[in-house]
Amino acid sequence: MTATAAPLLEIRDLRVEFPSRRGVLVAAREVDLTLRSGEILGVVGESGAGKSTIANAVMGLIEPPGRMAAGEILLKGERIDTLPGERMRRIRGRRIGMIFQDPLTSLDPLQTVERQLVETMLTHLDISEREARRRAVELLEQVGIPDPAQRVKNYPHQFSGGMRQRVVIALAICCEPEVLLADEPTTALDVSIQAQILDLLRRLVRERGMGMVIITHDMGVIAEITDRVAVMYRSRVVEEGPTEKILTDPDHPYSRSLIAAVPPPDRRIDRFPLVEYIEKAGTPKKALDLSTHWLGRARDFGGGDGPLLEIDNLTMRFLVRPSLIPSRRKWMTAVDDVSLRIREGEVFGLVGESGSGKSTVARLICGIHAPHAGRIRFAGEELTAMRSRREINRLRRQMQMIFQDPYSSLNPRMKVRDIVAEPIRFHGLAENGAEVRRIVDDLLEHVGLGASAAPRYPHEFSGGQRQRISIARALATRPRFLICDEPTSALDVSIQAQILNLLKDLQEELGLTMLFISHDLPVIRQMCDRVGVMRHGRLLEVAETETLFTRPEHPYTRHLLDLMPRMRQRA
Amino acid sequence: MSETAGSATPKTALGRFLDSDLWWSFTHSPVVMLAALVTLAMVLSAVFAPWVAPHDPFDLASLDLMDSLKPPAWMEGGDPRYWLGTDDQGRDILSTILYGARISLLVGFLSVILAMLIGVTVGLVAGYSGGIADAVLMRIADIQLTFPAILIALLVDGVMRGILPPGAHERVALFVLVLAIALSHWVQYARTVRSSAMVERNKEYVQAARVIGLPAPLILVRHILPNVMGPVLVIATIQLALAIIIEATLSFLGVGVPPTSPSLGTLIRIGNDYLFSGEWWITVFPGLALIILVLAVNLLGDWLRDALNPKLR
Repeated sequence: MTATAAPLLEIRDLRVEFPSRRGVLVAAREVDLTLRSGEILGVVGESGAGKSTIANAVMGLIEPPGRMAAGEILLKGERIDTLPGERMRRIRGRRIGMIFQDPLTSLDPLQTVERQLVETMLTHLDISEREARRRAVELLEQVGIPDPAQRVKNYPHQFSGGMRQRVVIALAICCEPEVLLADEPTTALDVSIQAQILDLLRRLVRERGMGMVIITHDMGVIAEITDRVAVMYRSRVVEEGPTEKILTDPDHPYSRSLIAAVPPPDRRIDRFPLVEYIEKAGTPKKALDLSTHWLGRARDFGGGDGPLLEIDNLTMRFLVRPSLIPSRRKWMTAVDDVSLRIREGEVFGLVGESGSGKSTVARLICGIHAPHAGRIRFAGEELTAMRSRREINRLRRQMQMIFQDPYSSLNPRMKVRDIVAEPIRFHGLAENGAEVRRIVDDLLEHVGLGASAAPRYPHEFSGGQRQRISIARALATRPRFLICDEPTSALDVSIQAQILNLLKDLQEELGLTMLFISHDLPVIRQMCDRVGVMRHGRLLEVAETETLFTRPEHPYTRHLLDLMPRMRQRA
Repeated sequence: MSETAGSATPKTALGRFLDSDLWWSFTHSPVVMLAALVTLAMVLSAVFAPWVAPHDPFDLASLDLMDSLKPPAWMEGGDPRYWLGTDDQGRDILSTILYGARISLLVGFLSVILAMLIGVTVGLVAGYSGGIADAVLMRIADIQLTFPAILIALLVDGVMRGILPPGAHERVALFVLVLAIALSHWVQYARTVRSSAMVERNKEYVQAARVIGLPAPLILVRHILPNVMGPVLVIATIQLALAIIIEATLSFLGVGVPPTSPSLGTLIRIGNDYLFSGEWWITVFPGLALIILVLAVNLLGDWLRDALNPKLR
């Protein structure tokens, strides 16, 4: 990186507005950024901060009625934001390449990879079709796709997620652009693939002397790959500087809070530091006395002192290809012979990459799926053998689940009060309507929302607030066992810190037993007492959290730990 | 994105409605407002026909054969008492249209409601339970779809004529018609609801309801039904127009409601005999009324479909 080189891409005083019938929404304001050749600039911020807007502005792809209200964008000193559509089109793809988040939707499913690469090159470069074909194979080789001469004839769906993202990258660099814009290029991918893709991007930038802007919400990615970082907050760039500096000694309070909220992978902390700079956090609630409080009533579940949950040889298969003839049916084994014990009062973590079967285990436990084989015993009673609805409901009441997606886990047509009250009414846990109301208000208070949330609808709340509603609903049955299936992976990192704190507090106060499922190792380390590692439906290793993180036994666990982004290592 | 300038959500239900995108798009489309006005006017005047209509066309005492076949009031030989003229029995055309629209709308609404009940129930069960129930129900729907609606309606009508004692059919003709139309229209609802229910079933709020322990019927009614009703209402509006047309067609063919309580279709058929002898008004005015009514309802339905579908916005 040469500090004196002329800026490759320059954004000056950018302002993007989206007029709507309710007024003008400013998606980016007073944004100044410079990118030099061979440099990787990270743009980090939480959802809605305006990161993607910047990339779209550079590409001239702001969706109407949005518009660039002020500012200029210069590519090697030449202003490009005022260029007519036809000339801008020559620049897109030729001089500026773009990589999108979802590799599935950014490729044309009806054309072979070769067709798409060749077409792009023929549009922008003055070469023959033969030459373009030859280069297509070369490109696939460069982005690390094995057997490129064969694979180039394949359609996008024949590639796995990581390989597909490589194809997208090949497509973005096929015309040797000077600038590469990557909008959350690894968010849809598993950690092991994320590491490979980031490696590839870094290598390409260095080899070809391109400049790259990488947009992400993930501090790990920033630490891994960028030279400089711009932190965005509410449509402004609040701080910009070298990556080392921002990660270790940020100036702006927002950057500080953002970095503090990232769970440290290398040690266990008691609570996440809460920073007041973010969305109004839940008010610290009064300590509650279980002996008098509603949540503490009827907690004498009984059931002896064995493990609360025992799973033996659990197996679950999904029908992938249905057929009338049994021999022609195709099955996918999602959970393969899993056995585990969860002790009363502990937090048990399940970790693994997507498709490893961890969510399926959770759904089997709480009865959303029925297992093909194996036994589940809860508090000494065998769930899998139960037939009568009454008996099942009696146990169901004791286990509740918190889901991943706060946007689909609440019925959009019901008021918050009715959502939380439903389990109380259904299980007859309150004497009358007035008591139900009182309990609901109290629960909402308890998860940090306040009773004023009760008469409103879910869409009026943000993702983090919705997750609090979910937690209140789960607590409404007075459960003793709580399953959390990726409860924070759809949330921004600052909100994640709040929700994890809340879950920790509740677990301690109510003496809950928890099954905590996540793909995020640092989060697992903060939350869990014991951890199980899953892969391809099998449980590979179970260990105490600290043992697992310091002395992993299974090679796959070691592999996962190696890939964990360690942002403080660079400091 | 950052916050929008000044957008406090109103608290009352009415306030929320007046603030909604739906109401906004309604008040910004003159054609739709006109269609709504026309529909409302026609529905009201049909419902209140006994009070609005200048004459009671079915009161035999007031009919006078001397008044028969009078042209509209503005034509030569017209009678100012009968704006749109009279038919062969001296009935006022305007009044018969108002009373006829009443029957047409009644049949339309009833058959839409019945079809909706059947279709939504089948769709919910098929979409939520999947498997064999889904396969069987949807194959029945597929078979049903291979018959044109009018053929099913004729079939039901014919069967009912066969099994009911002579004379009884006159009294229940209206309900036979409703049943016939409903049976030919429920598939639309079933298919739409089935696909929506399949999507909703996999959403986490439904899984949360299952974890709470709610039984399937309760989940269907309380959680899934309210979330699939949007498209159903759109179909219902469009099907209302279709139902009115089918009713008119059946009545025109002579298998609908009896001439003693004529619908718009019956009126058109009666007037058809006089079309070529010069008394065009007997058939043209009921026909116009039918066209205007169906067009207005259809425009409303189209608008509703677009306004509720975020993809088309």
